[in-house]
Amino acid sequence: MTVHATFPDTALEPAPLLSVSGVGRFYGERIGCEGVSFDLWPGEVLGIVGESGSGKSTLLRCLAGIDRPDEGEVLFRGGSEPLDIYSVPEQKRRRLMRTAWGIVHQNPRDGLRMDVSAGGNVGERLMDRGDRHYGQIRERALDWLSRVEIAGARIDDRPRQFSGGMQQRLQIARVLVSEPRLVFMDEPTGGLDVSVQARLLDLLRVLVRDLGLAAIIVTHDLAVARLLTDRLMVMKDGHVVEQGLTDQVLDDPHHAYTQLLTSAVLSV
Amino acid sequence: MTVHQTLPGDETSPAYNYAYLDEQTKRMIRRALLKAVAVPGYQVPFGSREMPLARGWGTGGIQVTAAIIGPSDTLKVIDQGADDTTNAVSIRRFFEKTAQARTTEATEAATIIQTRHRIPEAPLTAGQIIVYQVPQPEPLRKLEPREAETRKMHAWAEYGLMQVKLYENIARFGEVTTTYDYPVMINGRYIMAPSPIPKFDNPKMHKSPALQLFGAGREKRIYALPPHTSVRSLDFEDHPFRIQSWKEPCALCAATDSYLDEVVIDDQGSRMFVCSDSHHCETRRAAGHRGTMLGDAAASGLVDPSPSAVIPGDRRETRDPFRKPTEQGSGMDPGSALRSARDDGAKVETGANS
Repeated sequence: MTVHATFPDTALEPAPLLSVSGVGRFYGERIGCEGVSFDLWPGEVLGIVGESGSGKSTLLRCLAGIDRPDEGEVLFRGGSEPLDIYSVPEQKRRRLMRTAWGIVHQNPRDGLRMDVSAGGNVGERLMDRGDRHYGQIRERALDWLSRVEIAGARIDDRPRQFSGGMQQRLQIARVLVSEPRLVFMDEPTGGLDVSVQARLLDLLRVLVRDLGLAAIIVTHDLAVARLLTDRLMVMKDGHVVEQGLTDQVLDDPHHAYTQLLTSAVLSV
Repeated sequence: MTVHQTLPGDETSPAYNYAYLDEQTKRMIRRALLKAVAVPGYQVPFGSREMPLARGWGTGGIQVTAAIIGPSDTLKVIDQGADDTTNAVSIRRFFEKTAQARTTEATEAATIIQTRHRIPEAPLTAGQIIVYQVPQPEPLRKLEPREAETRKMHAWAEYGLMQVKLYENIARFGEVTTTYDYPVMINGRYIMAPSPIPKFDNPKMHKSPALQLFGAGREKRIYALPPHTSVRSLDFEDHPFRIQSWKEPCALCAATDSYLDEVVIDDQGSRMFVCSDSHHCETRRAAGHRGTMLGDAAASGLVDPSPSAVIPGDRRETRDPFRKPTEQGSGMDPGSALRSARDDGAKVETGANS
């Protein structure tokens, strides 16, 4: 790690939202990821890039509370107290994952209930937290469908009847409806064609800016990283080889692997 | 340990124990029942045994009944509300044979009522036990296929998903169209599948003075409602829970407040509506209530228009003289043991409320 960037808005929100120190996860002899440390401030978007098998998704699953890391700790400052997410009971962690966090999966089928209508998918988190007024739930669902550019008339259609891009947008609406403070995205534009990707990226940019979300985005697409993220972390073989402001890392890569990565892309 | 199990070939005794199950099995089931009563709505696993009928035909209910029945009990068995359907007759005969049970069709006279699909129309009273046969004890199963996950959801009361099911009903059909096995919230804590009774019967479970036991043989789960437990059917604030209603009264006994079955009576699509609770209907007819189609039904010999012998009461004369009287019940009455345990359960429940 050679770049020590200063971060925006640190004066306004002095405490980082998420503090990660020394997180590692091993699959037997093999390293999933090791010694990852960083802070994430409110409203900041962090990108994790790297080639396939570099440990990006492993790291994300550790951070998002899905897989317990073998070492290190993840501190979340969503409420009044900083919370070590792996020392609190599973019940509390699950509640956190349903309310203060959101996870957008690469494959919308993993994040959506395919047998439940679009409205039900968006409303589930509201009903989870105890909303019991059908009219209000439906109103919120309609509002969020329009925000992700899905026609209100399709509220009672099931995700199966949606195109891939629409499914991905529906998944985003489903996650954001509970107004989380932190969103994890695993390749949100993977598997979509370029024009749909562009619209989805625009949408994400607007939503992240309007809602003041903090987000961690895993991607292997440097263009996505350039467009969406404030800060970038480059991973190789389970280790973070370089991190810093996105433009800095992409325009002036220091580590040999980052240089390789940026030069492999046509006109980023 | 007083195990009275005997082997085939022993001339003096039958090949199996009182009430079919061996004493150890009954004890195991009673332990599960006590736990279930202590934690209303919680599904307690138990070692479901092979019974002399296929799983899915009421083996859970039969095992629960076998574990609690004693010589002083009077058993009523209903299937779809009727006392005279195949399954009800078979199960009744089973307990007449293996437990020398006194059986009845009168709801008021029964101490144990084993049921599939209905709760009798006559209000249950303190001291009665109603045993439900449950095909699928997990209310979240169709929504969440992973057993480990549903257990976590119950453990931490993460019940948003159940509400999603009702949301889907309303979104698609304008109202909640779940009409049977309608999910209920027990004592403000656990969501429970009330077995496939019509939602018409859900309000009867609320604060019922009777002990309610649920046995799922294939799924190996037992759960229970102690008397006077709150049972709330799930709903939305702007779509409150409603039970079914019918435009016409029962065609045989003119009842307007009972659950009616729709029966197609000819090839032209004519229908009649008739009480599903056969004992309730007969009692009303005996009391002189006459529906519009009673005359027709009596003329074709389908029903007795003024049944005088409708309350059979003691059917003990039909039982098999199967065991020596001295051996009856191994000297204990598990039914009464459970009824006193039930009182403890009620105390636990009020304690939780205060």
